[in-house]
Amino acid sequence: MSQIHTLTMPKWGLSMTEGRVDAWLKEEGQAITKGEEVMDVETDKISSSVEAPFSGILRRQIARQDETLAVGALLGIVVEGEASEAEIDAVIEQFQSNFVPGDAADEDSGPKPQKVELDGRVIRYFERGEGGTPLVLVHGFGGDLNNWLFNHEALAAGRRVIALDLPGHGESSKTLQRGDLDELSGVVLALLDHLDINAAHLVGHSMGGAVSLNVARLMPQRIRSLTLIGSAGLGAEINGSYLKGFVEAANRNALKPQLVQLFSNAELVNRQMLDDMLKYKRLEGVDAALQQLSATLFADGRQQADLREVVQAGHVPTLVIWGSDDAIIPATHSDGLSAQVEVLPGQGHMVQMEAAEQINRLINEFIGQH
Amino acid sequence: MARKISYQQAINEALAQEMRRDSSVFIMGEDVAGGAGAPGENDAWGGVLGVTKGLYDQFPGRVLDTPLSEIGYVGAAVGAATCGVRPVCELMFVDFAGCCLDQILNQAAKFRYMFGGKASTPLVIRTMVGAGLRAAAQHSQMLTSLWTHIPGLKVVCPSSPYDAKGLLIQAIRDNDPVIFCEHKLLYSMQGEVPEELYTVPFGEANFLRDGKDVTLVSYGRLVNTAMDAARNLAGRGVDCEVIDLRTTSPLDEDSILESVEKTGRLVVIDEANPRCSMATDISALVAQKAFGALKAPIEMVTAPHTPVPFSDALEDLYIPDAAKIEQAVLNVIEWSKR
Repeated sequence: MSQIHTLTMPKWGLSMTEGRVDAWLKEEGQAITKGEEVMDVETDKISSSVEAPFSGILRRQIARQDETLAVGALLGIVVEGEASEAEIDAVIEQFQSNFVPGDAADEDSGPKPQKVELDGRVIRYFERGEGGTPLVLVHGFGGDLNNWLFNHEALAAGRRVIALDLPGHGESSKTLQRGDLDELSGVVLALLDHLDINAAHLVGHSMGGAVSLNVARLMPQRIRSLTLIGSAGLGAEINGSYLKGFVEAANRNALKPQLVQLFSNAELVNRQMLDDMLKYKRLEGVDAALQQLSATLFADGRQQADLREVVQAGHVPTLVIWGSDDAIIPATHSDGLSAQVEVLPGQGHMVQMEAAEQINRLINEFIGQH
Repeated sequence: MARKISYQQAINEALAQEMRRDSSVFIMGEDVAGGAGAPGENDAWGGVLGVTKGLYDQFPGRVLDTPLSEIGYVGAAVGAATCGVRPVCELMFVDFAGCCLDQILNQAAKFRYMFGGKASTPLVIRTMVGAGLRAAAQHSQMLTSLWTHIPGLKVVCPSSPYDAKGLLIQAIRDNDPVIFCEHKLLYSMQGEVPEELYTVPFGEANFLRDGKDVTLVSYGRLVNTAMDAARNLAGRGVDCEVIDLRTTSPLDEDSILESVEKTGRLVVIDEANPRCSMATDISALVAQKAFGALKAPIEMVTAPHTPVPFSDALEDLYIPDAAKIEQAVLNVIEWSKR
């Protein structure tokens, strides 16, 4: 049976309203398989690739290079089986006459992050999907729940997935007491309690990996599995000059050389990313929180907590993912772990953003087994 | 994603949050008290356009209506500031500056210097600027450059709700007199603004758009018009960099020069009259310090050297619009030495 599919501009994250076509990665007439990257798209936040949601022959490229199109706009036509040019024309005509680009009102109707007061401070979290054992996404130092922009929805296809802002980050309260791993882990556990989640999978990036490891140390019975991405807590080395530079950076020119170290593709650090990061850093209390965390967790440019034993004890199934070229925490920290270890060649510290499709696949497969 | 509020709400929120944080912050000015539901004679406007509405109820005794005498209450605010409190004083329209110029330029701006650094004047004067409200020649001027001319004053001119809140908080915490210029046509502008306190530093221009062909420099409301022009020009293959000065004193010279060094072309957009203005000031800066980078003469898009007209049609013609900016950009792009 033949089927004519419309390939449309995806929506990556809440704030995306349009994307600019960087390049087609497939020619007209070429066969594509579901999950393959067909086009590079740039948004005001980041560039990424559009994955084909179906297999077939790319019969039409509708979107042109450098064209800016609204979310949901027609990019191309993929046909499974046979279809005449006239049939394709009819589908295109029908799509284009019905398509209304989303407006500001649309932005308000989708799923939105929520805030809750836990132990006297506000914590922001964002819940998507339902069913299964819930999965919790824990960002790293200086990050927030938007670090999971390209993962959250994909992981939530089959289960409830919650991303949170740790205290001192994003839109959560900025005040920390001790600024140590126990305090941050306590917040993750308090959020699980608030959401009536008995047991969860944890996915932690960087400092969030150490937080996740520490949760598993404190409450192993509540953790089904751990996924640690470019994780802290598995060795002593950390890029101290990055941490110092990032914490001290007070303007765009000082911040850029720091953020560039996070990515394998330096061009991803665009004006919007710098702007968003500066806006965060200028919130009252952020500087103090970052100083405190960095002094507690990474004093003298060394990681203070060694949580390798949590993995080695073997109580919690663990997936360890690293970018081989991670310039913040070396990938060698994954050596010798009793875990499924995946080192992605050529990738940097923000591997979950830059190699999102691959990471999502690895996590989905891993979680499916536990 | 932060919630969206208006420029006016952003200013109101900055005032409320700073008053809550610091008990030495208070508001004074004509009709600033009251707001909906305030008792008796205080049931006023909360500012002529309602910017301070609701604050009277939240901060009893700290939102003070003054007589219609700028010479009196601005002088009182300057004096109070030297005595250790932080007044936020509203000069309803910047056009009324003449009635209190001595208090600002000869007193507030000079104290730190004349007392050998031993006195400070942590005063904010909030004031409405700009044309477009059909308010005629005496309520529509863009006098930002008048203040910028005077050493000892800091001059702020936000172009968005985000900047309005962050720059006002910075202004209130600053230990020198700050003239905070609010464009009346921006009050209804919506934008993302964090609920929390934050500051935007003075003297740091904002790059709203990166481009390689032409540098557009502006401040206040016309930053948004410059962005419209840049978007239109992008469709014609012209790549504009747009810089919002945010503060005209201190001035972020480095960002302007850095950008012109890259693009080689400059268009300055200024709602003020053209003589002795930010437009001439920035043009002189670039002509002097980046002359070697220039590929074409500098263009200035400004109001004409006339008062703001009362006629709607003439007022619309008076204010620089996107079409004028686009034409100026095309002039510098297409210029060649014959």
